[in-house]
Amino acid sequence: MSPLILTPNIAGADDFYAELLAVHDGLSKSESDAFNARLLLILANHVGDRGTLAAALEAARDTGAG
Amino acid sequence: MKKIFEEPLYPYARSPDQDCVHTIRHPVVVIGAGPIGLAAAIDLAQQDVPVVVLDENDKVSFGSRAICFAKRPLEILDRLGCGQPMVEKGVEWETGKVFFDERQVYEFNLLPEEGHERPAFINLQQYYFEQYLVERVRELEAEGKPIEIRGGNKLLRVEEKGDHVALLVDTPEGEYDLRADWLIACDGAGSPTRAMLGLDFVGRVFEDNFLIADVVMEADFPTERWFWFDPPFNRGQSALLHKQPDGVWRIDLQLGWDIDKDEEKKPENVIPRLRAMLGDEVKFELEWVSIYTFQCRRMERFRHGRVIFAGDSAHQVSPFGARGANSGLQDTDNLAWKLKLVMDGLAPERLLDSYDVERIQGADENILNSSRSTDFITPKSEMSRILRDAVLDLSEHHPFARPLVNSGRLSVPCIHDGSPLNTEDALPGGPARSRPGAPCPDAPLAESFLLRRLGDGFTLLTFNCDAPDVLQEDGITLRRLALSTRDDPTGALAERYLGEARSAVYLIRPDQHVAARFESYDEVRLRAALRRSCGKEIPA
Ligand SMILES: Cc1cc2nc3c(=O)[nH]c(=O)nc-3n(C[C@H](O)[C@H](O)[C@H](O)COP(=O)(O)OP(=O)(O)OC[C@H]3O[C@@H](n4cnc5c(N)ncnc54)[C@H](O)[C@@H]3O)c2cc1C
Repeated sequence: MSPLILTPNIAGADDFYAELLAVHDGLSKSESDAFNARLLLILANHVGDRGTLAAALEAARDTGAG
Repeated sequence: MKKIFEEPLYPYARSPDQDCVHTIRHPVVVIGAGPIGLAAAIDLAQQDVPVVVLDENDKVSFGSRAICFAKRPLEILDRLGCGQPMVEKGVEWETGKVFFDERQVYEFNLLPEEGHERPAFINLQQYYFEQYLVERVRELEAEGKPIEIRGGNKLLRVEEKGDHVALLVDTPEGEYDLRADWLIACDGAGSPTRAMLGLDFVGRVFEDNFLIADVVMEADFPTERWFWFDPPFNRGQSALLHKQPDGVWRIDLQLGWDIDKDEEKKPENVIPRLRAMLGDEVKFELEWVSIYTFQCRRMERFRHGRVIFAGDSAHQVSPFGARGANSGLQDTDNLAWKLKLVMDGLAPERLLDSYDVERIQGADENILNSSRSTDFITPKSEMSRILRDAVLDLSEHHPFARPLVNSGRLSVPCIHDGSPLNTEDALPGGPARSRPGAPCPDAPLAESFLLRRLGDGFTLLTFNCDAPDVLQEDGITLRRLALSTRDDPTGALAERYLGEARSAVYLIRPDQHVAARFESYDEVRLRAALRRSCGKEIPA
């Protein structure tokens, strides 16, 4: 398994973040939800490794406010 | 012409048992002449175990029921002598199409692996399947095998007495008592036997209704499986179209939870729905219309002393993935040889506990798979619907998303890893698919297929390796089937049984599951493996 990277790993992080916001511009809440779901699935498939995906699920779950 | 499901196939006839002063005791009584009860009876009678089947009814099953039969059950039916008519009459299909909203998102081919005698799947009405089983029972009777079906015999009371089972049976001519050494309860999902013994049946109900219709149509739809998510003719729900023989088509329309079942079933409501789906030009007639709510549940244990449950009485699944009858046949396949050995005094009673272990594993696998399909088809929350729709949208453009689409997974037999009957794998480099616990994969031989050569007993399968032709161990006979590279015209045998190994010795159970495998013949280890596969002690 390739370990889940939880340290900065995106070059030009501010640019990426702006792109992420920009694709949602003008979308309704349900269009945005659908977009996020597609993006999530595309990225998950790219990662592929089940161990890494499990670590990502855990990291996301453990950091929410809820 | 009368349809097969209207014909009494085993009408009530008075049995001499009803006129006896003393209660008659039979070695095995089966409750229910559904597909699973009949399969159990055929399996036992073929091996000369006397068996009586009681059913309150006298016809094959009524209404829309099973249509998909997978390869492993067909192989089991070959052993029971009725695989051929199934395959001859059944419809084979390989192409499936998935639609989302108004468009086809993708098409797939099952691409079955070559080198198997039986197809991955056939579609066939359950009433034909039951008819072929009844015909096989008649054939066995004609051969003088000890098998009998009693129609119009309804089980009223059952008691497990420790060394036998006591039954009270109702008939059109009144009640009579019976005893059985062993009772196999194949009386369906609503099992009266289960209820009379006060046993549990827990699980999950899916809050959804499905309109299941069988329609006869003159249409040139191809022989394919079409599945729709959220189509214009059934908004927010799903639909399925699947072909059966005789121009009959199975249509499933998801209706949702809050509906009026009686209203929805009326032809004046069903027909417009079907028109919207099939188009106005298509002429069709309704054969059956029913509304089902699906459940996934099982008994905590399938064996209760001398009463053993098999088929829907023991476990129930939603039909997505076609695992009901398919898994019931695997139950009786697993049970019959074990019961015979125990009845003949050749194996200890605890061999029957391995039926529980192995078939509960199978039931859990089926429940897991069919629950996942049902959850995909009927998303349980807003987010699960969002994710589901994202998968479908992506599947139109990107192959990676297609394996995530789940409208039912092909029913495959389970591999009994960890079964108490297995001996640890001792074939280095052997293929994983034929490891101990696995059902033997079929493979072409020079003039036949491998599974045809295995028969009903224990087999010692040797590849490129010497061994005795017959071995006796504590009353059990092991017969050798010797194969070599010469018997392997396609290389499939080597691929499925040797892998990296040069030679192999397989110990195969009567239900064609692998019990043990070695690189070469070693009498001591083989005898120990054979004892273990029958639940016997292994002398130190
Ligand atoms: C819509 C639908 C689609 C399906 N599709 C598939 C599929 O594609 N593939 C698949 O493998 N499975 C499918 N199934 C499941 C399949 O139909 C069942 O798993 C199968 O019929 C179970 O067989 P059984 O013999 O255990 O029980 P049943 O067929 O229910 O038979 C039980 C028998 O017991 C008898 N009986 C009941 N009570 C008594 C009594 N008191 N005394 C005497 N006799 C009694 C009944 O008369 C009946 O004959 C589907 C089911 C449905 C509803």
